[in-house]
Amino acid sequence: MYSRFLVSALFAGATAGLIAGILQLIFVQPVLLHAELYESGQLVHFGAEAVTAHPDLPGFDVMRDGLSLIFTMLTYTGYALIMIALMGIAEDRGAVIDGRTGLIWGVAGFVVFHLAPGVSLAPEVPGVAAADVTARQIWWFATVGAAAVALWLVAFGTTWMVWGVAAVLLAAPHLIGAPEPDVLVGPVPTEIGALFAARAFGVGLAAWVLLGSFAGYFWQREGVADTSTASA
Amino acid sequence: MTTVTQAQSRIRILPAFFALALGFGVIALTGHVQAAALHDAAHDVRHATGFPCH
Repeated sequence: MYSRFLVSALFAGATAGLIAGILQLIFVQPVLLHAELYESGQLVHFGAEAVTAHPDLPGFDVMRDGLSLIFTMLTYTGYALIMIALMGIAEDRGAVIDGRTGLIWGVAGFVVFHLAPGVSLAPEVPGVAAADVTARQIWWFATVGAAAVALWLVAFGTTWMVWGVAAVLLAAPHLIGAPEPDVLVGPVPTEIGALFAARAFGVGLAAWVLLGSFAGYFWQREGVADTSTASA
Repeated sequence: MTTVTQAQSRIRILPAFFALALGFGVIALTGHVQAAALHDAAHDVRHATGFPCH
């Protein structure tokens, strides 16, 4: 049973992570590199002269981008482990888990890990002002935890009271508020920051939907393998 | 039949929690530990994934 969890999470996480990493390098990385030109002072916004919106960006960097691919695959394998653990528990309670229902799990995972914390703590382009990192991490974990519980209650709850609790859990972190910087000193143009957040969310959603579907598919496939080994 | 299902559930809950803990460990490592080497290697991923960075 341990191997069913580990093997299906590894397959789903590595595959979705590889695709996520490639999407990130194509769509997010150029925006990030553009922002770094302002972070490092190579480009200056709000100066006397207009600045080109299409500067020359460094190309593919084997070391840096290779590490990004590896860490994206690792991160999505972490997500897959968490999602497949919950899929296993849900299946015990009667839920159908396969590649198709996995799509919904993927959307839910995106909401829990990207959208819920990102609504108040937007994906940060390099160079923006931000509050203390520890405070933001605590808020991030609390928000992700609350959203995870909330979506479980939405999916498997059966009464309005349970759904009400879910709504409160989803809203509470944002009503309390995320840690914010005291002053706004970021040198990056707002257009770049907004595009970065939008791209990060878009790539995140695509990757999570794939992850959910792969996780459901491999979980079911490994289950069939488990049963045939047991009966053989 | 019921006994079989119950036995299966009991077997499944432990590996599920094991996978859950391992998953959170991996996320914490790739996304949140601030050690310099790890931070630098995962820098672009952390920004793109919406983890708090720096």
